[in-house]
Amino acid sequence: MTVTLAQAINRALADAMAEDDRVLVFGEDVGRLGGVFRVTDGLQSRFGEQRCFDTPLAESGIIGTAIGLAMYGYRPVAEMQFDGFSYPAFEQLVSHLAKLRNRSRGTLTLPVTVRIPYGGGIGAVEHHSESPESYWVHTAGLTVVSPGTPEDGYAMVREAIASDDPVIVMEPKRRYWMKADVELPVTAPPSSEALVRREGTDVTIVCYGPMVRTALDAAEAAEDEGWSLEVLDLRSLSPMDTEAIVASVQRTGRAVVVHEAGRSLGLGAEVAARVQEAAFYHLEAPVLRATGFDTPYPPAKLEQYWLPDVDRILDLVERSLAY
Amino acid sequence: MVDDVTPAGSGQVDPASLLPPEEPVHLLDPDGTLHEDPEYPVGLDDEALVELHRTMIVTRRIDREAINLQRQGQLGVYASCLGQEAAQVASAWALQDEDWIFPSYRELGAAIVRDVDPADLLHLFRGTWLSDHDPYEHRFALLSIPIGTQALHATGFAMGARLDGNPIVTVVYFGDGGTSEGDPHEAMTFAGVMRSPVVFFVQNNQYAISVPLSKQTAAPTLAHKAVGYGLPGYRCDGNDPLATYAVTRRAVERARAGHGPALIEALTYRMEAHTTSDDASRYRSDEELEAAALTDPIARLRNHLRRRDLLDDAMEQRFEEEAAERAQAVRDAIYDAPHGDPLELFDHVYVAPRADMAAQRDELRAELARRADDDGGAA
Repeated sequence: MTVTLAQAINRALADAMAEDDRVLVFGEDVGRLGGVFRVTDGLQSRFGEQRCFDTPLAESGIIGTAIGLAMYGYRPVAEMQFDGFSYPAFEQLVSHLAKLRNRSRGTLTLPVTVRIPYGGGIGAVEHHSESPESYWVHTAGLTVVSPGTPEDGYAMVREAIASDDPVIVMEPKRRYWMKADVELPVTAPPSSEALVRREGTDVTIVCYGPMVRTALDAAEAAEDEGWSLEVLDLRSLSPMDTEAIVASVQRTGRAVVVHEAGRSLGLGAEVAARVQEAAFYHLEAPVLRATGFDTPYPPAKLEQYWLPDVDRILDLVERSLAY
Repeated sequence: MVDDVTPAGSGQVDPASLLPPEEPVHLLDPDGTLHEDPEYPVGLDDEALVELHRTMIVTRRIDREAINLQRQGQLGVYASCLGQEAAQVASAWALQDEDWIFPSYRELGAAIVRDVDPADLLHLFRGTWLSDHDPYEHRFALLSIPIGTQALHATGFAMGARLDGNPIVTVVYFGDGGTSEGDPHEAMTFAGVMRSPVVFFVQNNQYAISVPLSKQTAAPTLAHKAVGYGLPGYRCDGNDPLATYAVTRRAVERARAGHGPALIEALTYRMEAHTTSDDASRYRSDEELEAAALTDPIARLRNHLRRRDLLDDAMEQRFEEEAAERAQAVRDAIYDAPHGDPLELFDHVYVAPRADMAAQRDELRAELARRADDDGGAA
C-alpha cells in the first residue's frame, strides 16, 4: 500500500486515539479543516470535538494548556502549525514542559507530544521554513525526534504518544507527500537508535528528517564518481545515538553532517564534537558540515541557493576525500 | 452582574453584564463592623471565622520566620506575603477540598490552607531542591516563578476536569504585574472559549517589584481586563477576609456549575519589599506604608471577632503560641538543611533512562570521588 508521510502520521494519531481515550489532539485548524497539511484529517469527525479540537490562535496557550491537561491525566498531542510559530510557545516549552518533572523531583509526569512541521523547500512565505531543532535539543527534559520516512512518521508519532516524557516531533514538511510502499501499522526500531539507510565505505553522511532523502540522492549520485557513501539517519536528535555515529565513522574514517538549520551550533557541531571525542584516531579528515547558512531563512525564490542539496553534499565529500 | 453567560463568540453577551462593580466588594470595616450584602453572602459559621483568623496568624508568623531565615543566610531569597494574608487565606478557604490551586511564588497563605509544609516550599528559596511537596496530595501545584505562566496550566487542568465530567475548579494566583504578561491573556481566551472552570485570582498588591500600578496599565481596573475575553470581572477589598471569601466563593461555585471562568481583582497591599533582595525605600514612602498598615487584614477580622465575643485574650495567646511552634518547626527543618545527593540531579530529567544522562552522571560521580580523595589528602 502506498502511503505518504502525512498519511502515516495521520494514521498514527488515529490509532493512538482509538487505543487510548486519554489521547487528545489539538492546535490551530486541526479540527474541521484537518490541519493546514491535512495531517489531522478526519480525526474530529471520527473521535468527536472533545478529542480533536481547534484552539484559539495562541501557541503559548496551546503548550501551556497541554501541560495542565497532562497534569490532569490526559496525553495531549499539540500541533504548532509551523516552525516559526513555535516561538511564542518558547517559554512554556523550555521553562515548564521541559522542567516540571525535574522541578517536582519526579512527581509530575507530562506525556505531551508536540508536533512541529519544519524546514524549507516548499517555496513558503517568511517564517514558514525554519529549522528550530537546536533550541529543543539544547533544552534538558525534552526528547526530540525527526522522521525521514513514512514508516518512521508512523512509528515515531506512536512512540512519542506512548512516551511518559515530553517529545517534540519535528516533521519535515517538504516530505509530507513523500511516498512509501508500506502496510500500516508498521513497527520500527526505537527512535533512539540511528539507522544506516545505505551502507558505504568512503564517507559517512549523518542526516535526519528532510535531509535523509537528499543524502540518499547524493549517495546515488556519488556512485558516478566512484565514491561509496554511508547514509546514517539519526532519527532521534535528543538523545543522539553517538555509538552508531562513531561506529560508522570508525568504518569510513570520514563524516559529513547535513542539516537545513544554520551552521553555528546546529546539530552538526554536536556531531563533530562527539566524533572527535570518541573516534579521533579513526578520522582521516575533519568532520564537515553541509548546512544552511548563518543568515535568516531566505525568501522563497532564493531558498534553492541556501538549502543544502546533492551538490553541496558532494562538494564536501570531495573535500573530505582530498585530505 | 449576571451569573450565566451565553457561549463566547455568539455576539449575544451583554458586555455590561461582565463589568466589575464600581466599588470593590467590601463587607468588613477596619474596626470590625460587618456590612452584609445579599449579593455576596459569607455563610461561614463562628467556628470557621475563628479558624480563618487563626490561619492568617499562622501565615504571618511563618512568613516572618522565613524573612528571619533569609536574614540569617539560611535562604537565598524570600518573597513575603505580609499584608496579603486575607487575599490568600480567605480565597483558598472558598475552595472545596478537591479543587486545585496554581500559585505564583508568594502564596504561603494559600499553601498553609492546603496543609503544604511551608518548609517544603522554602527549599526552593534555600536552594536545596526546587520543590518538595506532592502536588496531587495537596491539590497545590508547584510554585511558579515566571510571571503568569501558571495561568495556562490551571486552565488546561480545568479543561481536563470539564472533559472528564469532574466538578472541580482550579484557581490560579498572579499579581498586578502578571496581568501585563501574555500568558494570563491567552489563558483567559482559552478558558472563555472552552468554558473552563478556572478562576483567575489577581492579587493587586499595587507594585510589580518597584513599578506601581499606574505604570503597569491604563485599564480602568484590572477586573475590566476580563471583559475582553467574555469573563465577568469581580473586584473585592483583598484586605477584607470576608469580602474576599464571599466573592471567591461566588466565582468558584459559578464555575463549578458550568457557567465558565471568571477573574477576581483583590485589592491589597504588599507590606514588605518585593523580596528580601529588594529595597522598597527606593520607590515608596514611609507615609504610604503607614497608611497601608491601617487596612491590615488580620486586625480587621480580629476586631470583628472581638466585637462578637468570639475571641478572647486566652485564645489569642494560644494562637500566637501555636504559630510560634509551627514557625519553629519550619526553622528546624530549614536551618542548615543539607543539600541532597548531587547525583540526584540526573534522576528526574526524564522518565525513560537515557545513556547520555547515565554517562554524565558517571562523570560527576568520578569528579566527586576525586574531590573526596583530594579532601582526604589535604586533611
